[in-house]
Amino acid sequence: MELSLGLPLFYFLLLGFAVLMYVLLDGFDLGIGILYPWFNTDAEHDHLMRSVSHVWDGNETWLVFGGVILFGAFPAAYAAIASQFYLPIVLMLLGLIFRGVAFEYRFKSDSSRRWWNTAFAAGSSLAAFCQGLMLGTLVQGSSDSLLNQSSLNWLSPFSLFCGFAVMAGYALLACCYLVMKSRGELQQKAARYGQRLLLAVMLAMLLVSLWTVFIEAEIRLRWFGGWHGLWFVPLPLLSLLAARLLFRDLGRVQRQFQAEQEVQSRHEDRPFWLAASLFLFAFAGLVVSVFPYLLPRQLDYLQAAAPDSSLQFMLPGIFIFVPLICAYTLWGYRIFAGKVEDFQEGY
Amino acid sequence: MELDVALLSRLQFAFTVSFHIIFPSITIGLATLIAIWEGLWLKTGNPQYLQLAKFWIKPFAITFGMGVVSGIVLSYEFGTNFSKFSELAGAVLGPLMAYEVLTAFFLEAGFLGVMLFGWQRVSAKMHFFATVTVAIGTWISAFWIIAANSWMQTPQGHQWVNGKLEVASWLEVIFNPSMPYRLVHMLLAAMITATFVVMATHAWYLKRGEHQDFGRKGLSMMLWFALVLTPLQAWVGDLHGLNVKEHQPVKLAAMEGIWQEKETNVPLLLFALPDMKNETNHAELALPGVASLILTHNWHGELQGLKSVPAADRPYVPMVFFSFRVMVGIGVLMIGVALVGNYLRYRGTLYQANWFLTPVSWLAPAGVIAVLAGWYVVEIGRQPWLVYGLIRTSDVVSPLPAERVLFSLTLFVLAYSLLFAVYLYFMRKLIKKGPAPVEQLQQQRIGVKASGYALSFTKQLADESEGTH
Ligand code: HDD
Ligand code: HEM
Ligand code: HEM
Repeated sequence: MELSLGLPLFYFLLLGFAVLMYVLLDGFDLGIGILYPWFNTDAEHDHLMRSVSHVWDGNETWLVFGGVILFGAFPAAYAAIASQFYLPIVLMLLGLIFRGVAFEYRFKSDSSRRWWNTAFAAGSSLAAFCQGLMLGTLVQGSSDSLLNQSSLNWLSPFSLFCGFAVMAGYALLACCYLVMKSRGELQQKAARYGQRLLLAVMLAMLLVSLWTVFIEAEIRLRWFGGWHGLWFVPLPLLSLLAARLLFRDLGRVQRQFQAEQEVQSRHEDRPFWLAASLFLFAFAGLVVSVFPYLLPRQLDYLQAAAPDSSLQFMLPGIFIFVPLICAYTLWGYRIFAGKVEDFQEGY
Repeated sequence: MELDVALLSRLQFAFTVSFHIIFPSITIGLATLIAIWEGLWLKTGNPQYLQLAKFWIKPFAITFGMGVVSGIVLSYEFGTNFSKFSELAGAVLGPLMAYEVLTAFFLEAGFLGVMLFGWQRVSAKMHFFATVTVAIGTWISAFWIIAANSWMQTPQGHQWVNGKLEVASWLEVIFNPSMPYRLVHMLLAAMITATFVVMATHAWYLKRGEHQDFGRKGLSMMLWFALVLTPLQAWVGDLHGLNVKEHQPVKLAAMEGIWQEKETNVPLLLFALPDMKNETNHAELALPGVASLILTHNWHGELQGLKSVPAADRPYVPMVFFSFRVMVGIGVLMIGVALVGNYLRYRGTLYQANWFLTPVSWLAPAGVIAVLAGWYVVEIGRQPWLVYGLIRTSDVVSPLPAERVLFSLTLFVLAYSLLFAVYLYFMRKLIKKGPAPVEQLQQQRIGVKASGYALSFTKQLADESEGTH
């Protein structure tokens, strides 16, 4: 593996950053939709929706950002990935549409509320599932030329499994977000679900790791073929540590509540960051496995890169605006910091 | 029948992009209007402006939501359906769209949360700042996407390297010949569209004798806007036409229904049935020499006709021809409404003139229809080229199995039809409900000035209404 430093590598990392931001941010808000059916009363549903209604749009913009960076910096990969994944992408988009409009319409509806609940839950789940499906296909690679657009190689036991795994992961993020944003019974419920989901997610991560390592010779070589594999050892260890701490914090939130004590805010806030770091480690492991490919074993980031004139043109925009975006996004979260209130704000 | 992937992909793109543009053309204008109202309220303290802003922010919110979800589809559709095109032209279009996301979409999304939900959490000035930022974001977004589209109409600043397009000069790519006209024309179109949506709603209230003060304030303001904007739009449109004549003469020939290779004394066709097979028009209703006069500023001016290029290089003429007439027709109608309305107000009879208010209340969709018609002129008139003179549409479609595209197209048609019905239903519901009374807003206004207090105040209101159940 030759590392050639340069613009294409920068954009490869930027793409990784965009995907990671998307997965973390839209992860928890898609997760809210995935969890939705496990909450039953109107008040709980109101609460869930309200906890993300002011941020979902910004979160989803990271998906658009990832798409256009791929388009602008790696046109060949954008073309190949998007047309290859035609159906999963279309279904994901339809899912995002239905969940997106549910935010607006649910609060303004009377008789049709039931339908918007379904649209929100089903749309979120479908979108997350399709993302997992695509992720699985990318990791798994394929002997079938990915440029063959009539292939259905995204439909395999492995990719289906990844679809459910990503759903569980997003739901876990959402539980941790809810532990941070709510109080009382609802928080307890989230903490309970969170613990179970954490176990499921860890199991899925283990299975996926074993699966890829045993099936893909090239990935196996990267992790176990020589001393440089040692560099990557911290990743699984850190994941285990994060999971352990997360499980403990979620347990504490429940014990403190049962003991009728005030739930300590550091135990409420920490789970979210622990879950996020769990995602970070898993993502890093993924990058280690697939680098330098955008389409595993078919198209690497150097082959797909746009000419320098385009890559250079985007640089000033990225250096000026990405920090700015992070700053005002943070500002937005600060304004709505604290617990979700149970009454209609705004408008 | 053999299914044609190219046709299906084009249909799908046309359908989804047409659906999308409905919403931006309302939100760009409405965001600007809301920012203006909020600014006026801060400046004058007149609660009527707050009432306008707070009422229209709800229709704005649902329209914006529809715009966002339908827009995300488009940013992936280039790759899904026109993969070869993305590969060939990605280095040019991708960075423009990346700038759109960086400078506009994040900005809109970031401040939208505060604009919609932040009334009780930030000071009034801060809220105004958020609203203005959202409005500016929509304008910036239009800037970039119009730059991208205009480059496809009048490409320059590029070069072919190894069979792909590369950029030689970004300034030339962005400020290509048709871009300034298209940008100004589109932004005006968005302002006009929102103006007529608001105008029609307020006319409807007046006609029904509801919310009189509110109705008057809005109607009167919108008539002033229309008086300035609609003639301006016609003038800009005329300049835009001259630009088309220079850079896309075949499109202009289709818009005007000119067939002869070279024609002088070209008549302005008010109506005709273009016949592509026999390369002529039927049932013409024409003003002799007027088209020459408009486009060359000379009664005898010479224009290029469709026959100057092979039949394979011509667009589908009837669609271009009729769309153009629909747009200009609506434009002229709008100028008429602005003139008559302002005259009636000057005479002092406007608010009772039901013969005027009733038809005006039907004009809510007029702007949207004109916008769609305008885009059909631009886009269908460009065919068979995808990038004018450089890339043919039929050469760059993704080689997908046709059934797959048929399947997705069916899903989009079903989903969008359903959502559009829902959108109209909720718009109707919000408009029927009408604005919150000024007194109630006065109460909330106390809160907006002291943000911490406001939150507990709202909570208290909510608790009280809980208690009364
Ligand atoms: C003249 C204006 C205009 C035009 C021609 C287009 N759009 Fe648009 N678009 C907007 C004006 C706009 C906007 C005003 O900025 C929107 C509408 C509502 C919104 O949220 O932003 C938007 C939203 C929007 C979004 C969602 C942004 C978000 O996540 O917040 C995407 C991805 C696109 N658009 C992409 C496109 C593409 C790929 C187009 C061309 C084929 C396109 N738009 C045509
Ligand atoms: C938003 C307003 C727009 C509308 C209503 C619109 C409408 C249309 C229509 C009707 C077609 C089909 C033409 C045909 O096949 O006969 C088309 C094609 C296309 N347009 Fe637009 N368009 C809009 C904006 C844009 C923008 C901003 C871009 C690019 C940046 C764009 C890129 C394309 C592409 C790539 C096609 C290819 C498919 C084709 O030629 O059929 N459009 N558009
Ligand atoms: C009244 C006189 C008008 C004239 C002479 C006029 C003229 C034109 C011309 C020549 C084009 C461009 C064609 C091209 O580039 O291929 C165009 C496009 C367009 N028109 Fe108009 N127009 C008028 C009114 C309106 C009105 C009232 C609206 C909407 C409210 C509108 C919305 C549009 C849009 C959205 C486009 C496509 C985007 C663009 O090219 O700017 N037009 N118009």
